[in-house]
Amino acid sequence: MGAGVLLRLDSLYKNFGGIQAVTDLSFELAQGELLGLIGPNGSGKTTAVNLITGFVKPSKGAVVYRGRTISGLAPHAVVRLGISRTFQMVKPFYQLPAYKNMIIPLYSPRVKQLVGGRYGDRDAVALDLLEEVGFERDAQVAYKSAAVLPQGYLKRLELAKAMALRPDLIILDELFSGLSLAEVASIVPIIEKLRKEGKTIIMIEHRLKELFRIADRIVVLNFGQKIAEGRAEDVMASEDVKKAYLGVES
Amino acid sequence: MERRRERIDRGIKVRAGDVFALCSWREMLYLVAPRLIPILGFLLLPLVLGTYWQKVLLSVAVFALLAISWDILAQSGMISLGQALFFGLGAYCSGILNHTFGWHPLLALPAATLLGGLISTACLLPVLRLRGVYFSMVTLIIPLMLVRVVEATKVFGGTEGLSGIAPLPSKWIELYLIVGVLLAALFGFRRMLDSDYGLVLKGIKDNDRSVTNAGINIYWFKTQALFIASSIGALAGAFMTHVYMFVGMPVFALDYSILPIAAAVVGGPGTLAGATLGAVILVPLSEALRGIGGLRIVFYGCFLVVFIVALPEGIFHYVQRKYHQFERWVEVE
Repeated sequence: MGAGVLLRLDSLYKNFGGIQAVTDLSFELAQGELLGLIGPNGSGKTTAVNLITGFVKPSKGAVVYRGRTISGLAPHAVVRLGISRTFQMVKPFYQLPAYKNMIIPLYSPRVKQLVGGRYGDRDAVALDLLEEVGFERDAQVAYKSAAVLPQGYLKRLELAKAMALRPDLIILDELFSGLSLAEVASIVPIIEKLRKEGKTIIMIEHRLKELFRIADRIVVLNFGQKIAEGRAEDVMASEDVKKAYLGVES
Repeated sequence: MERRRERIDRGIKVRAGDVFALCSWREMLYLVAPRLIPILGFLLLPLVLGTYWQKVLLSVAVFALLAISWDILAQSGMISLGQALFFGLGAYCSGILNHTFGWHPLLALPAATLLGGLISTACLLPVLRLRGVYFSMVTLIIPLMLVRVVEATKVFGGTEGLSGIAPLPSKWIELYLIVGVLLAALFGFRRMLDSDYGLVLKGIKDNDRSVTNAGINIYWFKTQALFIASSIGALAGAFMTHVYMFVGMPVFALDYSILPIAAAVVGGPGTLAGATLGAVILVPLSEALRGIGGLRIVFYGCFLVVFIVALPEGIFHYVQRKYHQFERWVEVE
């Protein structure tokens, strides 16, 4: 394992009953890298993320984070090591105002550990974080109930919740889906800022154009297998990828 | 021209939500009254009631505690059908401590509260991973099983139970002890549920994956909630042991599981105050209906159905809304 490698997937297999969701998946992730994980629907992207974050256990293979095997750990234990994720389906606590939604991640043992045993004023931290992801403080958007917020803000809230845990590795599961071009354009700088702070990021995306602009490297999955890996333009030139995405016979 | 009903928060409510910028006695009273009325009510009632209704008040407080215990569990995403487990274990613990080991009731009571809470938590620990109706089924079955265990093995007096248990020193200590515990539990745990800790518990109910994803071990938090709730139930049971001066198999009866749920549902779940209010209404009603004999349970059932259909949110939420908001009809273009 190289010095700069943060995360390594070591020949992961996962089957649900007879369905092979992930087959022999291996890739490495360097510190500070932004990796795009793409593939058609049902290709095993989310399963791969679930395998990394401990929500499902691999049938075979290992996930190695900072030189330590983490597959088999409970999801909350994985978060404590500094891996946080967003969910594809946003499901906030609708009856609460947006900033109160941030309290639960801010209550996390990881945050307590990082701030030296004290949580501090969680409401204030929540408001600051939400402002960072684009909840305009002047318009008091953070005080609105999550039930009335449009999808764009809910996605930002999801991102802010992941950021609240001060992770080293952030996994964004289809953060851009369901957002307008303008909304995507306003979220991209936030991701770029996270990179400048040295965060390592995995993005699962269907919005390839936006993804390719910011990703260092792309991994393509199809039917649970890695079919291509490399720079965006090289990957998209691959015949296998064209076939998987467009169904074109080469 | 169509019309729709508009609900507007009272000005004082809006201001009192965060910052207490109060400028008159009237506004102070507005905030204090909802707290003062139950406190004064519970503290003064023992003085004005006759002996029979004092016993009913004890029952109200005990069922209110069970309903609060149910509500705390429900807030954390665990729907229990077995408050009788907590009640019964508390009752037996206190009974045994007093009967077998000769502990003074005022010592046996807190010990049984903790012991009953611990044993109940240990009983349910293996099934904490179950969700929804599966968890409920297990909680329903365990107290029914324990009854048969006591019956078959004849432990702790078997079907005869343990009698001759020492009562609490006096009637007044009895009354004010349980009323004090109820008020402390009501206001204390309400505060707990409103805190960030309570937010995490409610988060587990709404979306446990999201809470797990925040690096929080939901099973540890559920265990804590379970211990808190079962200790409250155990305290209620231990208390009743010393009131009846007897403990036996009836402490695991279904009544202790079902009535608290009815109280919480009629009163309005999620606030603890609703659960208490429900017990305050249902227990005396059940007593008042005693006169009509066999049909009592039918009337009682009808009352429950009418309430649940007419006010599904629960009485407390309805009253609370009326208190904090006024309504007016506005015309819609």
